Amino acid sequence: MRNRIIVILAFAAAALLSFNLYKVFMVLPDELNQGAIYRIIYIHVPSAITCFTCFFAALVSSVLYLAKKDMRFDGVAAAATEVGVVFASIVLVTGSIWARIIWGIWWTWDARLTSMFVCWLLYAGYLMLRRAIDEPGQRARLCAVMSIFAFTDVIIVWKSIEWWRTQHPGPVLSIRNGGGMGPGMEAPIWWNYLALVMLATILIMVRMRQEDIRREIDSMRRWAHAL
Amino acid sequence: MTPAGSIATTVKPELAALRWVRGAAAVCAKDLRSELRSKDTINASLSFALVILLLFSFAFDPGVDTVREISGGLLWLVFAFAGALVLNRSYARELVNDCLDALLSSPVSGAQLFLGKCVANFVLLVAVEVICIPVFGIFYNVNWTRHLGQLAITFALGTWALTVIGTMFSAMTVNLRLRELMLPILVYPMMIPALMAAIQLTTVLMAGNTVSADNLIWFKVLIGFDIIFTILGVSFVDTVLIG
Repeated sequence: MRNRIIVILAFAAAALLSFNLYKVFMVLPDELNQGAIYRIIYIHVPSAITCFTCFFAALVSSVLYLAKKDMRFDGVAAAATEVGVVFASIVLVTGSIWARIIWGIWWTWDARLTSMFVCWLLYAGYLMLRRAIDEPGQRARLCAVMSIFAFTDVIIVWKSIEWWRTQHPGPVLSIRNGGGMGPGMEAPIWWNYLALVMLATILIMVRMRQEDIRREIDSMRRWAHAL
Repeated sequence: MTPAGSIATTVKPELAALRWVRGAAAVCAKDLRSELRSKDTINASLSFALVILLLFSFAFDPGVDTVREISGGLLWLVFAFAGALVLNRSYARELVNDCLDALLSSPVSGAQLFLGKCVANFVLLVAVEVICIPVFGIFYNVNWTRHLGQLAITFALGTWALTVIGTMFSAMTVNLRLRELMLPILVYPMMIPALMAAIQLTTVLMAGNTVSADNLIWFKVLIGFDIIFTILGVSFVDTVLIG
């Protein structure tokens, strides 16, 4: 059943992503001031929202783990964080490429960029913490707390363009009262977000299966030792 | 309800609160007493802070203008690095002779233990700061006394932020094989919002300016950070230590 869901999601995500890319590169015109490079926003912003979605999923499953002590929630949190870190890396890299063309520099230490980098470091720290603890119960418990602590930075990243005057562009999406995009230009961002969330779900499901198998192998190993 | 019953219900919560504070104070006093007798951590932390202050003089030309622009950053980096030594030992010192297990099985709750240790670490870090700031003023020719009140508030808020995060993660990493390696990796990124705020405010104040409306957001960041992470720490320390 799970395999079938993964295959269906994969086809749907591939179709949606291809259609979106066709629309972004072939149909939409260049932006007035930035030219062709503005199209990176269709990867950058959906990746950012996808990575926050993953971190939020990790937060929820961490809280659920602490409440119910069910190892499956720990598996979801670990998988969602790993996938989230990948999308966070995409955000940093695509942002840097855009900055190089528009600002002339790869990086600047403003509040948005810094807090996003800190977010990446915190969740990378979470993954390192997982590797540093051998006992599964202790690992799940400590990592759940780490995930809850780390999520505070996601809120800072999200709000940073409102709290500080940043070099990073202010809100452009209409849900944040940005309204800085021309008609028809915002919709592909949301369609791409949907496609990337589907991709993230596939990756999380594959990763969770690995986690299940690992737990099974661990219990078999314990059983073999007991014999 | 009888009059005696109503008196009992009004008095009891106060007594419970007092007893709670007394438990936390006992933990704090224990930590400070053992530190005062051995002076291991404070000596190491202080010498480390002075060494970093010295090393900074090689990293850049210590002229007056440069130092004025980066004084906040210099000082807070020194305190963050030197503080990690104090914070790392906070729970690790309880591992010998299974003292941590004894503390956890004592009537003191995890939250009391956490807050007691936080206050003890706060006092130790403030002691390091009180010695280092005048030394910094002398070495780098900075007149830091112009806005003493605001500077004291900034340092109190910033140090509490370092302490709360450090003590929490010290509890988290106490039983890990790679404790000394994991603590800095986790603690420094977590501290960054507070460090950024403290650095901005300290630089402004050390340059002789007062905190204007433009910089007020950094005070809000510090206060918000302190409140949020104190609540998170108190709420989750039992989960971290006991499960």
